[in-house]
Amino acid sequence: MKFLCVECDRQMQFEERQLPGDGTLAAAFRCPTCGRVVALLTNPMETQLVASLGVKIGGTTIPPQPMETVRGMVTTGKPDAFDDAGEGRGPSWSPDAQERLARVPNFVRGMVKRIYLDYAKDRGIAEITPTVMDTARTELGLEGM
Amino acid sequence: MSLNIRTYHELTEADRSGLVDQIMTQRRRVADRLTTVRRVLAVMSGKGGVGKSFVTAGLARALARSGQATGVLDADFNGPTAPQMLRLPVTSRTLHDGAIEPAVSAEGVRCFSMGMLLEDGRPLAFRGPETEGHVWRETLEAAALREFLADVAWGALDQLLIDLPPGVQRFQELTELLAAPPAVLAVTIPTPESRDAVRRALRAAVERKATLLGVVENMVGGPFAGSAADELAAEFGTPVLARVPFHPGDDVWENVASKLGSSP
Repeated sequence: MKFLCVECDRQMQFEERQLPGDGTLAAAFRCPTCGRVVALLTNPMETQLVASLGVKIGGTTIPPQPMETVRGMVTTGKPDAFDDAGEGRGPSWSPDAQERLARVPNFVRGMVKRIYLDYAKDRGIAEITPTVMDTARTELGLEGM
Repeated sequence: MSLNIRTYHELTEADRSGLVDQIMTQRRRVADRLTTVRRVLAVMSGKGGVGKSFVTAGLARALARSGQATGVLDADFNGPTAPQMLRLPVTSRTLHDGAIEPAVSAEGVRCFSMGMLLEDGRPLAFRGPETEGHVWRETLEAAALREFLADVAWGALDQLLIDLPPGVQRFQELTELLAAPPAVLAVTIPTPESRDAVRRALRAAVERKATLLGVVENMVGGPFAGSAADELAAEFGTPVLARVPFHPGDDVWENVASKLGSSP
């Protein structure tokens, strides 16, 4: 998937990704010549199809987690299927962030926690807050996590 | 006015999404993980209910007993049975060095199965929109197969048996993920109906340039009449490796294991 600014005949560059809700994934692209920005909006089924491929529009800055797609998408997984003990070192968690993390199903929680930790470590963030989680979600394309 | 629009491949500027690169990275993860696996062996039939998982488990245990490092990837995500067939211990899966440890049977067979991840008695279900599930569900199952190959710490194996579900879809996904087509072991029961279904699967395997190692005829000596294994073997120029009776002894599997262990 690429975008062409027809007027400038230039390939547009990925600018940012957003999850405005409703299962929509928004990806904005800018023309490097004229600066015009267009946004691609996917419907929930299209968002799901992209997620099913295990790819991220706009790329990602942290390495994939083992079984990221299975853990992120399966809804009937055993809570104790994975033992993520010892994977929680690094930046601290604010009480609000801990509460929010606790609401993530056990099956995927350890992996989600590690993704946020990697994201925070990567950016020198000392404390993970709900705001950091929201930003990470959007930047990393963690639809639904 | 008609716009002059270039093709996708004519747009060659660096793209931060790099979706094709992301797909290629996924494929490299599979290839890297399997560099220590001598042979990937797809156990397939195209027909449900012929005992693929039973044959896979019996063969895997015999291979392990004979000293071959053996793994089983249960690719039947909607009807996983490998944990029970291999009598695997029920424990949580741990992570080490970016990979998930497989379960290990008493004989030393390393196994990973959706059955180890799903809640008891619940079907495999995915998060996603309730409509048009057919569009993305198969893609998700293909992603699960990729992750089972790439993200499990298979280690050094002589044989990695892939227990495929009925049909040829999962086999096709498997061949797309592997650098080279897998070897194929076909399982049939004696009946003409099974023969016809397995024939289709073997044709798909041949079209994908897979090496056929042979046919195992299961449930021999019971109510199922026919000569499916002999007919398939003659048609595809591949040996009948075993005729497996109901309640086979270890010697049956050890015989197949010795034939497979010595085949290139």
